[in-house]
Parts: sequence; structure tokens; C-alpha cells
Amino acid sequence: MVTIDTTPERPLEGVETLDRVDIPFAGDSGDGMQLVGDRFTELSAAFGNDLATLPNYPAEIRAPAGTQAGVSSFQVHISDHDIVTPGDAPNVLIAMNPAALAANLSDMVPGMTLIVNGDSFTQRDLDKAGLTANPLEDNSLDAFNLYVVPMTSITVEATKELGVKPRDAERSKNFFALGLLCWMYTRPVAPVIEWIETRFKSKEQVLAANLAAFKAGRNFGETAELFDHPYEVRPASLEPGNYRNIVGNLATAYGLIAAAQQAELPLVFAGYPITPASDILHELSKHKNFGVKTLQAEDEIAAASMAIGAAFTGALGVTASSGPGIDLKSEAVSLAVSLELPMVIIDVQRGGPSTGLPTKTEQADLMLAMYGRHGECPLPIVAAKSPSHCFDAAFEATRIALKYRTPVMLLTDGYLANGAEPWRLPDLDSLPSIKVPFATEPNSGDTFLPYLRDPETLARPWAIPGTPGLMHRVGGIEKEGIGLDGEGGTGNISYGPLNHDRMVRLRAEKVARIARDIPGVEHDTEDGADVLVIGWGSTWGQVQAGIRRIRARGLKVASAHLVHLNPFPADLGEVLGRYRKVLVPEMNLGQLSRLLRAEFLVDAVSFTKMQGVPFRAAEMEAKILELMGESA
Amino acid sequence: MSEQGVTLTRKDFESDQEVRWCPGCGDYGILAAVQFVLPELDVKPEEMVFVSGIGCAARLPYYMNTYGVHGIHGRAPALATGVALTRPDLHVWVIGGDGDMLSIGGNHLIHALRRNVNLKIIMFNNQIYGLTKGQYSPTSELGKVTKSTPFGSLDYPFNPLSVAIGAEASFVARTHDMDRKHMMETFRRMHRHPGAAFVEVFQNCNVFNDGAFAGLLKKDVRENMVIDLVHGAPIRFGSEGQHGVALNEFGEPHVVEVADVGESALLVHDEHRHDPTLAFALSRLSNGPHMPTPIGVFRDVERPIYEVEVQRQLAAASEKSGPGDLAKLIASGATWTVG
Repeated sequence: MVTIDTTPERPLEGVETLDRVDIPFAGDSGDGMQLVGDRFTELSAAFGNDLATLPNYPAEIRAPAGTQAGVSSFQVHISDHDIVTPGDAPNVLIAMNPAALAANLSDMVPGMTLIVNGDSFTQRDLDKAGLTANPLEDNSLDAFNLYVVPMTSITVEATKELGVKPRDAERSKNFFALGLLCWMYTRPVAPVIEWIETRFKSKEQVLAANLAAFKAGRNFGETAELFDHPYEVRPASLEPGNYRNIVGNLATAYGLIAAAQQAELPLVFAGYPITPASDILHELSKHKNFGVKTLQAEDEIAAASMAIGAAFTGALGVTASSGPGIDLKSEAVSLAVSLELPMVIIDVQRGGPSTGLPTKTEQADLMLAMYGRHGECPLPIVAAKSPSHCFDAAFEATRIALKYRTPVMLLTDGYLANGAEPWRLPDLDSLPSIKVPFATEPNSGDTFLPYLRDPETLARPWAIPGTPGLMHRVGGIEKEGIGLDGEGGTGNISYGPLNHDRMVRLRAEKVARIARDIPGVEHDTEDGADVLVIGWGSTWGQVQAGIRRIRARGLKVASAHLVHLNPFPADLGEVLGRYRKVLVPEMNLGQLSRLLRAEFLVDAVSFTKMQGVPFRAAEMEAKILELMGESA
Repeated sequence: MSEQGVTLTRKDFESDQEVRWCPGCGDYGILAAVQFVLPELDVKPEEMVFVSGIGCAARLPYYMNTYGVHGIHGRAPALATGVALTRPDLHVWVIGGDGDMLSIGGNHLIHALRRNVNLKIIMFNNQIYGLTKGQYSPTSELGKVTKSTPFGSLDYPFNPLSVAIGAEASFVARTHDMDRKHMMETFRRMHRHPGAAFVEVFQNCNVFNDGAFAGLLKKDVRENMVIDLVHGAPIRFGSEGQHGVALNEFGEPHVVEVADVGESALLVHDEHRHDPTLAFALSRLSNGPHMPTPIGVFRDVERPIYEVEVQRQLAAASEKSGPGDLAKLIASGATWTVG
């Protein structure tokens, strides 16, 4: 554990205290915005602020430099109280070039602060950004507090003594911006310096240049008298515990490792590189000392097939991908449904259809998870609601998969995968055992019947190769289950019409019964509320933020959130029935709302957004108010 | 041969399922050869996993009293990789046809071979789609008239052994369904090979492509058409051993008369040559069952086995960092305490 001293570097005289700050760092893809955004996040997390982040970058590795298409941004929302979204009213925009300014200006409310790199507003830069006039000169920014800082030239100047070539020196300007921000928001600087020293240990000159740029940025804030005073955002009063900062993909990987450990099974993970799911493969491949076996398969289909092979052999078989890859896996997933073997399939949703928006978020794969296979092919669906919740969701998906011998789809999305928040480390001793027994003995006289089910869970026995006397064959062809006469269960090929009818209904019933084994709806209500806002997945944070705003107005509103999408919690129909109006915000064209309408005959109102970015709290607030019949 | 002193027999490897291939199908002979050879291999039925895709051949696992998965079309090598990766101690045999393995599953086959996963892959080649009732396959000859090619196939066929050797397979062999002894010997060698093994079996589909290999395997022509490869011996064939195989000036193998060139001019078969060039050249000697065609082991070399290496990395990581400590892992990086 690294302990970070949260004492600010300077006495806090003349410092204005803010309850929250929302800062987008925006620049060209090559400007290192993700890197410094990440640093500012880590620093603020360690300082004890609550936070939420939203990285936003182009799909191209090197998009055309200086263009608006090539803008990469990292939004950090930090506060002294519990927050749930990356924020929708930035206080300060850091813009490293005209394209970054132009691409982000519409998010800025008049009166807020713009800090721009004045060195990058030449005619050439303006042309690349597609601007006909220089916004720094045409008074179009008059409504903002505009600070034009020559970041590039100061950085070059500060690193001159080090013998760094000017072109290389320019590359350190992101650390100048970080230094400036650290001064403005009284962040402790020692951890940044320590990080730079470790990260760039092998590149002496780069290390020296970045360090010099960072210090120059900080000194500039202190001495330039551009800004009248710095600000602070005090640590948030979070629930007591040990915290770290975590992004969703990392939490997912940890959740899988924890689940395998609590199931006492080896974890076998097969994946194929795809944005934004690859980091799960990257992370798991590091942890070989946990006995985790990872394989980068030849394609998505193979990855899913390998997970099934692993499951048949007694491992926790897992695969992960994003939309297009999940399409490819669907054939294998349907085999897993038919074989009734445990398996976890993770879909880190991104904008679709087809290649769509690989680096942007969306939650339009709910129907894919629910119905995206041939035949009657039901499987349980679990969805994560925040970056750290990916840990719990991965654990829960695994628990269900093992107990019911079924593939389970775990839905996360691009925003959760790359977004960060503080995570109160779970008490590992309190994690339940999710071990399920392997079959070791014949279960019907001297015979082993692979499709003789547990009467409660309807799960079939899991007999793994190597077990004497339990040799059996399973396949994708319909299998002979237990008949009404109590005979059968051999799993042998059966084309019998009544057998197929029974097996189809049994597979559906097995999934439906999981409703008995999951918590009721997460439901937050108050007397007199007649509007319910219900969401799933990553819109959780935005729904919460919207609800808070409504309640801050003294109005009554209720919210609910679904972690389990199939089956739904057993009390969902009853909860929905309590409200006059039900609002369903989703980053799709109304997939959950359609399921709720079909299942519960409620007149659910769909609220949708398909822009590759999460809802804003203000949008949520306005929509809820509209539904309440009040004007915003 | 024995399991704790008990001698296993063919019966121990037969499941209770009725075999349901068409009467006269070559698959019966291959199944019998598999069931006859297994008791000799000192493996227990519970340590064996038969994995298949879709097709007539792919039904074989149902007839084996072992563990088995009848999976999805083409994906057997991938699914079997998951089995072998999880339990390197198991014996994993993969069964499929030419359509399953070279068409829809071509990608999985070549990658399993290049990784050298310890899979024993038997491909039944009947040059036709049987289960779907008679379409041309990726090994059907050019011009083949089938239901889906009424004017003749325009697809140039794959040479399965060339594909396997090109995919870096460490063991490549060929046998045929008319010779149980040869099949058993080939399967024995396949089983003994450490790493991925690919065996092509010429198999007659008497319903949709009857006699596809007759030009090679009919009793009266076989002697002069089938070339039995013997490691370390000059390659000769024919009733009197009168024919042989030599390399021409470009290094390409061709059939010669021993009387014309002398025995010293013949190519000596070396299945252990690490360089695959000669094995590949031999696979090109014949481009169809109308030309003298080699059978036996083309290539048998040792390479690191994928899942053994995976295990090695795991062991090395545990040695270096100690067994995984979850509490330490989740608290890695900067942490802070509240309250």
C-alpha cells in the first residue's frame, strides 16, 4: 500500500474552497491528455475526493493531428461529497489547441474558465481545426474567463538547459498543464513527481523534461498572477474503509479472479483483441500466479469455444468481447445453453451497429443478450452499474453460471470500462463461497445420467473428464431429458417431439427460477412519489444525479435500478405497479422499456440518447420534470 | 494394455449407442480401428475426451465410452484447445470431416496446429458433404458435379497435408479406411507424438461420392498406386518395388522407375527432418487419387507443447511472486483510508 500524504503543499491562506470541480483536459490525440487526466484523477482519489471520469478519444490510433476529429479528452469530476457522474457543467476547460477548444466549447457555461495553449493558435492550427476566425481574437469568448498561456514555449524554455531537442520538449507540455492544474486546485505534487520518476526511469531525458515541465506549470500558476487565487476541494466524507481508484475493466478482471478463488476453480479466459474489452484480457494475463490461464484466440468464435471446452473440463471458462465479437460468439453461447455448462460471457458494449463507434459507449446490446441467438435460448443477464460495481457484477455472473450450469451474459460498457471512481475495497473474508460440487458417483443406480437435474435449481450434474465411471457424451443435438414417467436423462440424442418440448420449457424454467435466488429491485422511494425512474447498467449514476436534483427542488420522485436483467427480480412487477408514471432512460432506442412493457403491461416512457456519451444530470432532471408535469 | 492389471478391450471403449452411419460407410472401419487400438495405448477411458464438430464423422464421439463433446460446425479444434489447456494430462482426440475441418473450421485447425496444442486430430476425407446430402467440399476435385455445382465445381481443392504442414504441424500422416492395420499403426504413432498431430484418413462415402479413392485403393491397383512411406528407407512402391520417388533438378519429387535411375537416386524418407520442405514436397507428389499417392507418416518432429508451456509460465510466476494473494492484488497501487 502506498500511503499518500493528503496535506496540501502550501498553507491554505487565500484559498477558496469549492464543493466540486469538473475539468475536461482536451488536446490532440498525441498530446497525452489521457495520461495527465489519469494522473489528476489518481491524485484526487488519493487526496480523498470522490470522483468520476469520462475518457473520450478517437478510434484511430493517430487521427489527423490538429483536427476536431483527432481531439482526445479526459473529463475529471472531483468533489467533497459523493458523486455519481462525470459531471455536465465543467468549471475549467484545458484546451491544448483550437480543435480541442472548438470541440468542447459547447459544454461550457458562460462564466466558466478556459485555459488555452496560446502557442497553438497559428493560422495553420486554425486551418487544421477548420476555424475561419481565431476565437482568441474575435471576442467570441468574452463570456468566459479566458486564460491564454503559452504552454509550449514555456515548456521548451524550461527544458532548454537539459539539452532536450525543442520538438521533444514540446511533447512535455501536457505535464505543464498538469502542473498548472495542481497549483489551481492545491493538489499535493509529491505523488506526481514520484510517478514521473518511476514511469520514465529508463528514459532519462524524457523524465527530466516532464519533471521540468510539471514544475514550470506549477510555478507559472503561483507567480504569473493570472489567476487571483487557487482553490481547494476537500476530501469527500465517504463511507469508512480502505479505498483505491479503479476503472471498470480492471474491476471486472478482479471480480473474475475473486470468483474463481471463491469457487475453488481454475480460471480459463480466452479472448480476442477488441476495443473496449481488450484490457480485461491484458489484466488477466498478468496474474499467472493466481493460476489464471489466458489465451488470445484466433478469433471470437474460437475464444468462446475454448471457454466451453474449459467449462466441460472443470474450469471457470470465461470470454469477453464487445458488440461485433458477441455476434460471432452467439453460436457457441447457444451450444453452452444446450450443453448446460457454466460460462461467463462479458459484453463491454460500444456504439453499434457493425464497427459503429468503437471507443464510445452505448447500451444497445440488451436485446442481443436477451434474444440474440437462434431457437429458444434463454440465459441469465447481469449488468454492472458503475466502474467499481463491475467487480460485484462479475462475481454475481459467475455465481449464477456455476450454480445453474448455464452461460451468463455480463453487460458492461465503454463508459464503465474506462471510467474511474474510488472503490471501497471489499472485505474478502465476507465474499461467499460459490463452490459447486463436481459429480463423483453414478446418480441412478450404477448409471450416470448427465441430464438428471437438481429438483430445486434444475441444474444438471457437472462430471468432469478424469472421473472414473462417469464418462458421458454431450452435444448440441437435442438430448433426452427426464420424461414425465421419470425415465430418461441420458443426454443421448433424442429427436422426440415431446422430449424437445419438455427440454425447451425446462431450459426456460431453469433460468426463470433464478429469480428466487437474487435480491429484490434496488428501489429508492419516498411517500408521495408517483414517478419512477428505472434504469440498468451505466445510466445508474446519471439517474441518481437526476433524482438528487429533483429532490433538491423539494419534489418527490422514486428510482429503481436493475442489476439482473434476466430473470428480473421477483418483485419488479409489484414495484412498477406502484407508480403513475415510469421513465426508462437508456443509451439505446428503448430496449429495457420494451421488455418492461411486454412483461408487465406498464406504460413505460422511454428516454433515449445515442450520442456515444452518457446522459447529463441536467438532461435527466429536465426529462423527469417534464414527466411530472412541471416546468424546468 | 492394462489398467491396474485389468486388460481393457475394444468393448471398454464402446458406448451403448447404436452406430447410425449409412450401411457400407467407411466411417465404420475407422471407428473400429480407433476402438481396437485404444486398449493397446495404456489409456483409461475416463482420461480420454473425444471432441468433434458437425458432419457424419463428427458423430463418432457418441459411440465412444469416453468423455465426449459433439460441438459446433468447425469449432472442434478450438473447443478441444480449451479442454487441453485446462487439463494437459487428458488425451484429447478431435474428429471431423473435410468440410468441418478445412472449410468452416479451417481457421481453428491451422491455429491449433501452429500452437502445437496436444490434440490428436483425425480428419475423415471423403471429398464431399455427406450430412447435408451431397455438396462439393474443399477437397472435391475441380469440375466436380454436385447438387450445388450442377455445372461443375470451380473451386480449386485443398491438399489437406499441404495445409497441415504449411500450418507448422509437428506430426502429419495419412491413412485410409480400407486398411485397419495401417490405420491402427498410424493412430498409435499419432498417440505417441507429443504435440498436435494431424491424420488424414481417405474415407469412402458410398452414398454421395462412392469410389472417390477407387483409383488408388481398389485391390487390383493399390500396389502400384499407394506409396508406403517408411522412415529411413528409399521411397519405393509397386508389386516388385519397381517404382520409386526421386527429386528433380528443382527439388520437386516425381515418380521414377528404379531400373532407370538406380536405387541410389531415390529419395530417402526422413520424417524427423525439422525443416518441413521435404515433407511438403512429398505432400505435393500427388494432386488427387488418380496419381501414385504416399500414405504413412510424412512428418514427426518435436516442438514445445502449448499447454505445457502455459503451465510452465504459471509455475514460474508462482515461483517468482508466490501464490496469488487477492487482498494484495486489489489493494495494489495507491490506496487511502477514510474514517
